Amino acid sequence: MSVLHLTSIPFLLGGFFFFFTATVGLLRFPDFFCRLHATGKGDTLAVLLSLIGLSIYEGFSFTSLKILFIAVFMFLAQPTSTHAISRAAMRCGLEPWTKKMEKKNDSNL
Amino acid sequence: MSNFFLYLGMGLFTLVFLCLYRGVFGPGVLNRIAAISAIGTKTLVILLIMGFIYHRVDMFVDISMVYALLNFIGTIAAAKYLENGGEI
Repeated sequence: MSVLHLTSIPFLLGGFFFFFTATVGLLRFPDFFCRLHATGKGDTLAVLLSLIGLSIYEGFSFTSLKILFIAVFMFLAQPTSTHAISRAAMRCGLEPWTKKMEKKNDSNL
Repeated sequence: MSNFFLYLGMGLFTLVFLCLYRGVFGPGVLNRIAAISAIGTKTLVILLIMGFIYHRVDMFVDISMVYALLNFIGTIAAAKYLENGGEI
């Protein structure tokens, strides 16, 4: 268990924690936009932490460079796709959830 | 250390099943797209962890790179379809 292996463990556990919070957000939030709010940010940070942890575990090599490239790509791609899908939802006429809506429990959000 | 990876992968796998609930019961197609994109990012990390368990990291890094790209393209394609008047 070299030092590299030990330093990668907190990164991986942090990544798992943010994956868990993003999943809870996806399940519990009342509206599509809130759910996308949770998964868009939560998953990006979780992937970033996990991939940094894995590349630390791999040590200094070409493969860990590729893993870091995936992390950078996910850091750029996830917000872009979240923006695209939420703009499309807005264009489709999906209004965000509001307190008033809850009274007539509009269930197709 | 590989036991730690195994338990981490199994934990991520249970999270995928939780996201699958939203994928199946999501009220509209949009919630399903959000669920599938969430599952996609989790699968990416599971793939890499499998690579570390099997000690074949080079192969699995390339696979997960392609998977990340495809996951992104899929969400963008769905957004493009829904953009101009596709029904929800």
